[in-house]
Amino acid sequence: MKREVSITVNGREYRREVEPRLTLADFLRHDLDLTGTHVGCEHGVCGACTVLVNGRSARSCLLFAVQAEGNEIATVEGLSVDGDLNALQCAFRDNHGLQCGFCTSGILMTLTELLRDNPDPTEEQVREVLTGNLCRCTGYAGIVASALDAAHHLRKESGY
Amino acid sequence: MKPAPFEYHAPRTIAEATGLLAELENAKILAGGQSLVPMLNFRYISVDHLIDIAKVEGLSGIAVANGKMRVGAMTRQRELEFSLDVANYCPLLTEALRYVGHRQTRNWGTIGGSLAHADPAAEQPTVCAACDAVVEIVSKRGSRRVAFKEFGVGFMTTTVQPDELIVTIEFPLWPPGHGFSFQEFERRHGDFAIAGAASLVEVGPDRTVRRASVALCGVANTPVRVGEAEDMLVGKELSAITARAAARTTNSVEPLSDVHASANYRRHLAEVLTFRSLRAAAARCGSPF
Repeated sequence: MKREVSITVNGREYRREVEPRLTLADFLRHDLDLTGTHVGCEHGVCGACTVLVNGRSARSCLLFAVQAEGNEIATVEGLSVDGDLNALQCAFRDNHGLQCGFCTSGILMTLTELLRDNPDPTEEQVREVLTGNLCRCTGYAGIVASALDAAHHLRKESGY
Repeated sequence: MKPAPFEYHAPRTIAEATGLLAELENAKILAGGQSLVPMLNFRYISVDHLIDIAKVEGLSGIAVANGKMRVGAMTRQRELEFSLDVANYCPLLTEALRYVGHRQTRNWGTIGGSLAHADPAAEQPTVCAACDAVVEIVSKRGSRRVAFKEFGVGFMTTTVQPDELIVTIEFPLWPPGHGFSFQEFERRHGDFAIAGAASLVEVGPDRTVRRASVALCGVANTPVRVGEAEDMLVGKELSAITARAAARTTNSVEPLSDVHASANYRRHLAEVLTFRSLRAAAARCGSPF
């Protein structure tokens, strides 16, 4: 039996009727056409589908849309500022932090949470959270450099 | 959509949840979903009803009183990982949680869910075994307290019946200043352990061991306490020689071979990791060797 859910995504509220078995990842992609969130393994290993739910990183393939009722979701589509890449996204472009881009949206959301909670992470801390995201082309060095570069820029911007 | 269709229920109270469990056929509890949902997505299991307990009142939180730490079953691993109470009173759990999955899964995964799932390599049940935790379980029929050594009954199988719900995990506290350590070997950070060892030691002013607890994961169907190792440590001075002898007693475990490791390799890891965990625990209680 379908249930009505009300879920806020990137600041906008959506109401939809969904089957309970619809994952949050499929809800975002198929019901809302927000296809920036990528679906890789669909069993919680690859991290490509990572989004923030009430500010906390989550694998959207392991949550059902009905569980997110009343929650606030942040996806990669919400990162840009007035159509321009944000500091984290710029750092990925500048440091060769992506190649094919499939894992990138999940990694950006993981790092968005990290840099919010810890503006000055060590390389080890960056690598620790990145264990939850698989990248099969860049080899992580560029991703780690991007994260540390973004952290540096964000600290400078905020006078930290 | 990967899972087979099911009905979804979101009770608000423990009574509602146990009422649903009692009346519905083929129902399962959904806590953090970090193990259950992959199994549903793969259709390893199919359920007719999922009972989401995330919004049930009184199922989550950490309370320390009267020499015990009580943890609600729905408490997220992230909350435990960053809890100062857990770090102060049950630091073995804090240390073990760093090996549990990843930040993204610890944000949602719960301690009660890990216990119910009962993966033989899981860290949280191993900490419960080392600490002699007590699991409180309720159903419409009443409530019961289960000593952790009676909790696991077989491979990924626990004493929890289909109409029952885990509500609280109670950890008897070790005295301030006790030694603790959780060590595991895994191929990649965040993977399930191939094997792991948890140690707790209490050492007197004369440096002799008053009390010891050693538990292993990944070497049997359920977490294993190594009573022989504990007996060997108590009453002796904590030294490399006693720790090595205690670690050697883990050779009696009979692990299974699988694609990840052979039984012999797991047995080897059990000994090495037990020694390392005793050495780290000794250093933390002022008796380094």
